[in-house]
Amino acid sequence: MSGGVDSAVAAARAAEAGHDVTGVHLALSANPQSFRTGARGCCTIEDSRDARRAADIIGIPFYVWDLAERFREDVVEDFIAEYEAGRTPNPCLRCNEKIKFAALLDKALALGFDAVCTGHYATVVTREDGSRELHRASDMAKDQSYVLGVLDERQLAHAMFPLGDTLTTKGEIRAEAEQRGLAVANKPDSHDICFIADGDTQGFLAGRLGTAEGDILDESGAKLGTHDGAFGFTIGQRKGLRIGHPAADGKPRYVLDISPVDNTVTVGPAEALDVTALTAIKPRWCGAAPTGPGTYTAQLRAHGGETEVTASLDGGELTVHFTEPVRGVAPGQAIVLYDGSRVVGSATIASTSRAAVPAV
Amino acid sequence: MTTLSCPGESTADARGGGGPERLPAAGTRMRLVRLASRPRRIVATMAYLDHAATTPMLPEAIEAMTAQLTVTGNASALHGAGRRARRTVEEARETLAEALGARPSEVVFTSGGTEADNLAVKGLYWQRRDADPARTRVLASPVEHHAVLDAVEWLGEHEGATVEYLPVDAFGRVHPQALREAIERDPDSVALATVMWANNEIGTIMPIPELSAVAQEFGIPLHSDAVQAFGQTEVDFGDSGLAAMTVSAHKIGGPYGIGALLLGREYTPVPVLHGGGQERHVRSGTLDAPAIAAFAIAAKLAAEGHKDFARDVGALRDQLIQAVQATVPDAILGGDPDDRLPANAHFTFPGCEGDSLLLLLDAQGIECSTGSACTAGVAQPSHVLLATGTDPDLARGTLRFSFGHTSTRADVDAVARAIGPAVERARAAGLS
Repeated sequence: MSGGVDSAVAAARAAEAGHDVTGVHLALSANPQSFRTGARGCCTIEDSRDARRAADIIGIPFYVWDLAERFREDVVEDFIAEYEAGRTPNPCLRCNEKIKFAALLDKALALGFDAVCTGHYATVVTREDGSRELHRASDMAKDQSYVLGVLDERQLAHAMFPLGDTLTTKGEIRAEAEQRGLAVANKPDSHDICFIADGDTQGFLAGRLGTAEGDILDESGAKLGTHDGAFGFTIGQRKGLRIGHPAADGKPRYVLDISPVDNTVTVGPAEALDVTALTAIKPRWCGAAPTGPGTYTAQLRAHGGETEVTASLDGGELTVHFTEPVRGVAPGQAIVLYDGSRVVGSATIASTSRAAVPAV
Repeated sequence: MTTLSCPGESTADARGGGGPERLPAAGTRMRLVRLASRPRRIVATMAYLDHAATTPMLPEAIEAMTAQLTVTGNASALHGAGRRARRTVEEARETLAEALGARPSEVVFTSGGTEADNLAVKGLYWQRRDADPARTRVLASPVEHHAVLDAVEWLGEHEGATVEYLPVDAFGRVHPQALREAIERDPDSVALATVMWANNEIGTIMPIPELSAVAQEFGIPLHSDAVQAFGQTEVDFGDSGLAAMTVSAHKIGGPYGIGALLLGREYTPVPVLHGGGQERHVRSGTLDAPAIAAFAIAAKLAAEGHKDFARDVGALRDQLIQAVQATVPDAILGGDPDDRLPANAHFTFPGCEGDSLLLLLDAQGIECSTGSACTAGVAQPSHVLLATGTDPDLARGTLRFSFGHTSTRADVDAVARAIGPAVERARAAGLS
């Protein structure tokens, strides 16, 4: 229980359904701040108290489990290393894979619990043979199956998402929380990366990786300006480039490529961002791995739309071709494949093929 | 954002206790679940074994308190209502003093143990240092409650104190010779010493009269936190030779929010709370007559009954120790096996996280404590065990069972049944 409204309502629904529920708040920071700052909804002592208060109202035991060291190793250091390598990681997927449905789940199973239940918006379907499938939430606007796409069948077998199978909007969840007497009903949603307190990712990375001035180049290799460190950029980024003079054609320029080796950032027009294909590694499947090429829909970001793809698996590498070019695809991001509403699996993007520029 | 759940098990079923396991609900898959030994909440068989945290109020104390709650009067006022309240407070002061072998004028009522500890430690430090700026050494046992430990640390960080922790043996005991050696390094620089009467985690009783004799020899005030000792062993302030001693009501069957510092008449600690000066000008605040009246009757009963308490509750505690050690042979009894609080049983379970054991026993309706403090709800290795030289990983696997006036043999039996499976499971979960 993060201390936010979704996990509180999820716990209340699970308890109401007759499960024997114990609330657990994960302490993920060795030195938590006392109070919330900004729009975050977890990780401070105040959030821990909010979660405890909700558990008390629901009438379930509540414990804080200290997974700060595991979180630092598996999520925060990985996040930094990925940026350092010029990639764009999603720490929420990593946390679900390594913390919530690994470290936490394993400890819970050892203690005799059957499942980890979270406030994610996604649906678990049990088929006739007993196997589990992960599906999008009934309410597509709230769907969070993307960040759960890393779960394998074993993890899914011990997952419960009580919020996923109802057609609901956040407003209704808040109304339900209020009707249940949960004081967290009006807490703001959390959006930012939970371990970056002020939401300043670039500042966080600069603090960890230091600053190193490098060049901003155009597609021809001509120098347009300088930056304080290539790791601070994301492919598709437009703002914060600080290039003094406009492009010859007057169009806005976007980050096309990040090269940590020579600390350069390449920029160019939006069209150059069009990606037609990609390769992805470290695939994880919700159920059996797909055999042979197939047609799927793909999601590339937590709040991104769906796009049609054909995908094939060769050894441990996934090759994906987009029916229509897509933009803003960065190595390090996760691609989640869907068959209708069903999550087929996910993989980490390793390289992309562009319409205008060769694969990076 | 996580809750744990046992699918298919309703609380209503769980209350049934040891009946046959039901099949999981349709659509529920349980691959890795051992159905027969799942944690379950059995509300009916509650075993409260956390009396050292707080113990139920005695009926006599409730009666005294509720009687006073119906009358009005500020004990500082001069009119009839004030005089009535003052009489209640002063009679209570006399009762408390008698129970603790003190004079009524040596009783300073406070809001509880924490305030009394702070007043003693900070107030005596300030008084002694103000009288002689050379007196900046504070000698403290390293196994003190945080109300003392954090107060002396604060003096070190903000008031120029040099905090020296006295060595303790494997049972957490400060030996008189250790205090003597610490003082003798430079007697004139010692502001005060503070050693608890009995340890709240592991139950070891300190040789307070002997320690006090050493301090007196050098003219150094010794404070003792007797919150856990009072009611369980002989605690006589007058005989002890202490300069100051802390007691608290809610550990002996009195109400929350009231305690006292027993304070020798020659000491005038600098106040921590400034105001009306109600208590000897060292403690301010309107006196809580109902709580004070209830505290006094609880203290009287605690002092009169401590031998019976030690015999009866001590027998239950001994049965618990035997039962735990029979079931979990590698469980380590914390503290002195003999010279310990009769209501305290403290164990270290190697390979277990204390928090996991707490969770599993709580699910069985057994309420106990890890004994150590937590930061933001995260269990920390016990500073008491660390001070006794225990390995830090071991120090995380502790449980404290503490008995009280409502304890029964059924409480012991509940632990005896539950501890084996709980330890086995907590070991499987390991140290995260």
